[in-house]
Amino acid sequence: MKFTLNWLKDHLETDVNLEEIASKLTMIGLEVEEIDNPAEKYAAFKTARVIEAKPHPDADKLRLCRVETPEGEVQVVCGAPNARTGMIGVFAPSGSYIPGTGMTLKPTKIRGVESNGMLVSEREMELSDEHDGIIELPEDTPLGVPFAEVMGLDDPVIEIAITPNRPDALGVYGIARDLAAAGLGKLKDGAVDPVAGHGKSPIGVSLKFDKENAAACSQFIGRYVKGVTNGPSPGWLQKRLRAIGLRPISALVDITNYVSYDRGRPLHVFDADKLKGDIHVRLAEKGEKMLALDEAEYELDETICVIADDSGPVGIGGVIGGLNTGCTEETTNVFLEVAYFDPLRIARTGRALGIQSDARYRFERGVDPAYLPQAAELATRLILDLCGGDASKTVVAGDGPHWQKTIEFDHTRVERLTGLKLEEQRIVEILAALGFGVAGFGDEKLMVEVPSWRPDVEGPADLVEEVVRIHGLEHVQPAPLPRHVAVATPILTENQNRMRLAKRALAARGLDEAVTWSFIAEEHARAFGAANNIAQLTVENPMSPELDTMRPSILPGLILAAGRNMDRGFDEVALFEAGPQYAGDAPEDQSLAISGIRRSPGARHWASAARGVDAFDAKADALAVLAAVGAPLESVQVTSDAPAWYHPGRSGVLRLGPKNALATFGEVHPRILDMLDVKGPMVAFEVIPTNVPEPKKKGTKARSPLNASDLPAVIRDFAFVVDVNVTAEQVLRAARGADKKLITAAVLFDVYEGKGIEPGKKSLAIEVTLQPFDKTLTDDEIEAVAQKVIAQVSKATGGTLRG
Amino acid sequence: MPGIKDIQKSALTAIAAAANEAELEAARVEFLGKKSALSELMKTLGKMSPEERQEKGPLYNGLRAELTEAIAAKKAELHEAALNARLAEEKIDVTLPPRPMPQGTIHPITHVTDEIVAIFADMGFAVAEGPDIESDYYNFTALNFPEGHPAREMHDTFYMVPDEKGERKVLRTHTSPVQIRTMEKQKPPLRVIIPGRTYRCDSDQTHTPMFHQLEGLAVDKTTTLGELKWVLAEFCKAFFEVPEAPMRFRPSYFPFTEPSMEVDILCDRSGGNVKIGEGEDWMEILGCGMVHPNVLKFGGLDPDDYQGWAFGMGIDRLAMLKYGIPDLRDFFAADLRWLKHYGFAALDMPNLATGLSR
Repeated sequence: MKFTLNWLKDHLETDVNLEEIASKLTMIGLEVEEIDNPAEKYAAFKTARVIEAKPHPDADKLRLCRVETPEGEVQVVCGAPNARTGMIGVFAPSGSYIPGTGMTLKPTKIRGVESNGMLVSEREMELSDEHDGIIELPEDTPLGVPFAEVMGLDDPVIEIAITPNRPDALGVYGIARDLAAAGLGKLKDGAVDPVAGHGKSPIGVSLKFDKENAAACSQFIGRYVKGVTNGPSPGWLQKRLRAIGLRPISALVDITNYVSYDRGRPLHVFDADKLKGDIHVRLAEKGEKMLALDEAEYELDETICVIADDSGPVGIGGVIGGLNTGCTEETTNVFLEVAYFDPLRIARTGRALGIQSDARYRFERGVDPAYLPQAAELATRLILDLCGGDASKTVVAGDGPHWQKTIEFDHTRVERLTGLKLEEQRIVEILAALGFGVAGFGDEKLMVEVPSWRPDVEGPADLVEEVVRIHGLEHVQPAPLPRHVAVATPILTENQNRMRLAKRALAARGLDEAVTWSFIAEEHARAFGAANNIAQLTVENPMSPELDTMRPSILPGLILAAGRNMDRGFDEVALFEAGPQYAGDAPEDQSLAISGIRRSPGARHWASAARGVDAFDAKADALAVLAAVGAPLESVQVTSDAPAWYHPGRSGVLRLGPKNALATFGEVHPRILDMLDVKGPMVAFEVIPTNVPEPKKKGTKARSPLNASDLPAVIRDFAFVVDVNVTAEQVLRAARGADKKLITAAVLFDVYEGKGIEPGKKSLAIEVTLQPFDKTLTDDEIEAVAQKVIAQVSKATGGTLRG
Repeated sequence: MPGIKDIQKSALTAIAAAANEAELEAARVEFLGKKSALSELMKTLGKMSPEERQEKGPLYNGLRAELTEAIAAKKAELHEAALNARLAEEKIDVTLPPRPMPQGTIHPITHVTDEIVAIFADMGFAVAEGPDIESDYYNFTALNFPEGHPAREMHDTFYMVPDEKGERKVLRTHTSPVQIRTMEKQKPPLRVIIPGRTYRCDSDQTHTPMFHQLEGLAVDKTTTLGELKWVLAEFCKAFFEVPEAPMRFRPSYFPFTEPSMEVDILCDRSGGNVKIGEGEDWMEILGCGMVHPNVLKFGGLDPDDYQGWAFGMGIDRLAMLKYGIPDLRDFFAADLRWLKHYGFAALDMPNLATGLSR
């Protein structure tokens, strides 16, 4: 919302300066976005007289002007055809910056003749595109005064942001009211003298709605004015409209724009001679069309409220007028429309048709429903003043909406809600200044009547806001939040803590944490398990087609990111992300995952051979996350049934029992890498930390006693020849089971296939630790356990001890 | 039989001449061994008269002690020489790189969230969470955005494809829906912060279609706007790690708070980076207000009994301001150069005892 300082002063009697007004506007919730003071831009330019203009000795089209300036006489070479002796123009001295050309003037010589400064055109002053000649001012213009002052341009333009709850501030009068309430001056009386009407309007108005849709247009005031002369509006009006960025069109159109900005009241003027029959306001019929003032044709439907005559729609109510019934230079009889439209319907219509107009902007926020008669008088007065003519009596259809509201208000609520202590009298004073009717002073509760222009105020909290806003938020004193406990107690949940620890564990292992979009391309989502419920994951209005589906897995985003980094020349990429992934659109379908990828050709190092990544790097990452989050690793099983986006033979699942998968890991499937156009091999892991059962709450923080043996442990190595399909885990589990008391560890340290081992078999070498607690083991005892290990492994896997 | 002087002389000579531990051992056997001349002499002590023994005993034992000591000294000397010789051989190029142990990084969003949590945890705030794919009810209706209200349009909402019943979910445009979810689950007093992913259909240097918001909510019987002012001021000082962070509260509008405010913080933008708490510029950093009575009602609380406040701010934006990160879009590009430069070390876990950042 833009307005000028002088415009504001039409309604606000004040002597405070611009800076104070701007600061107050911001502090009462009408945030100043920009102040543009043309007087500053034009400060260097002053009126000056051409003492004499004579031809340039060496150029036919140039003139030599002696110019009388406040600083004395200067010589200016001028190319304008209208430069002549005695004229008054606008002089730009050397050193001044010309806004229209972006140049700073310097003394110069033109065709051998000295030239100091220049006489400027409208284009050079950014007033218009006019550049055929220099600005010519009336004969009686005083000399040496700032040009901005003479042209009436010394009126700062203030632009404020209006929040959607304040339709009243979409008119300059409403802004003045707020400022006056905040103590910055006195609000002038905005009432308009009614214009006496002569005769009945030849055009009648009827509202044609069924009961259900009656709110679409609840009041319409029309007025016929005959014998008007439409032409350019007067300078003062044009200047104001230009200052706020509107293009003056004609007096009749300019009047509607002026009232819209001055009072926040959009209205419309028809060329009455182009209307056929009476006006009826109704819902459009499906398929009806209208050519609008923006020269576009709109197809309407039965949700849209139209102003129609006998020929069809002549205006989309509250949004835009029709082109064929609009005013032109030739218009002589007009019909004024002042109506109240339902804000919700206007918003819906505007959205459906994609029309942004000043009228829609105001109607959908809610114009003052009680102001229609006065707006009609104001508009008629302006039409008569600017265009002449003779007005009929008004024609009124409908009573308007019910807007009256009374709020029971306990004034102590101000202090209760904000901590600000205010006298009841001050509270009443503020509300009254804003136009609220207040009764019941001194009683327990005030009865507050909400003015018609404040549809946003619904209850006591809104009144508290009004009071605090106008009194000043800076007066609300900060008050310490009471501490419930002396020393802060832990607040993170188990799962929140787990995510923290897991992230730190991975960063410590050399992975960089990334944050990628929650949405990915549909094709990628399908490949990562979302094929069956893609509809639930699809974004209807995505930023781009590559971001149209909620991710079922974090991996596609990370793999693509790795690809981008590789394209930049980084071969070593290790990324992880902790965040949401989606199996559907319900809250319980969202899970928190921590997933990562590694890709490396193997870093070269002088002391060791280069090694690329393999599935076991990903397995180690997954196990590190599980360890960090406190999973019972000794109970974790590994199965080889990872999802389809992993390499089928080089991937696995870490699980607690058949139903609870904690993590997956492995090489990324080569076909997936092809689809994502990223070079492999690449390994990945995905962990769902929330699947790890929460530890049982114990009554004590005490650890169990340490059970360490002082007796020496015995370590025995075994090598078993087993079928290639036998897993290491099968062998180790069998070995551990041979003597659950004595055997405290069994780990694998070698896998061998090849020479010396028959095809289809492999050798697995394991190290078994026997830890006695009572007495040192004898050779016989050790041998007995060793035999049990061999027997168990053989029984479980069919393996034999390697000879 | 050689005399004691001769033994002493030849033994000391042999010990001194030993070139290595083997020669020294040979000398020891020769002069102190069971069959050595000295041992033979010692054996004669038993047959001597007490007077004679009195005289010879100390002599022989003295020599034995002297030789033992000389051998030990020589042994140490030889050992030292051998070690020196070995050390002279054993030389590495200390400028060679060690075996690599790559260090990863923590994303600024994680780090800044942890900083925020540390501050609010001290003030007794828990961390609440909610889903990203939200119903229209939680994202708008329950937050007092009436159907068709222009405020809804200000959110550039991402919509999901409608289901068979025609209902369409949204990607939450703010973390505020979790206010309602929290009120439904817990009874006051409530103190929660809600960090999380939020989505709006927008993209430029300071807007991305996904960003992170931090919501704060406190509800009790006497929670006031004054407390909100205090909490935010204390938070900003602690977060930006500055002694003072003057703030300006301006009336504004959000459907879910009444009164509503936007908050500016004093800053100096004259240099390359923004300095918080200095200078003369005001910069908007958050929106807040007293929870709207309708929102309390939607959350199942009686606004005549309970009142509260809420605020919302951008986590990414806080990270940009504090750590001088210029472009929001880079947060989500996973560019290794950016991650390594703006990321944080794994062990930098923000807490109030050590300070939030290094």
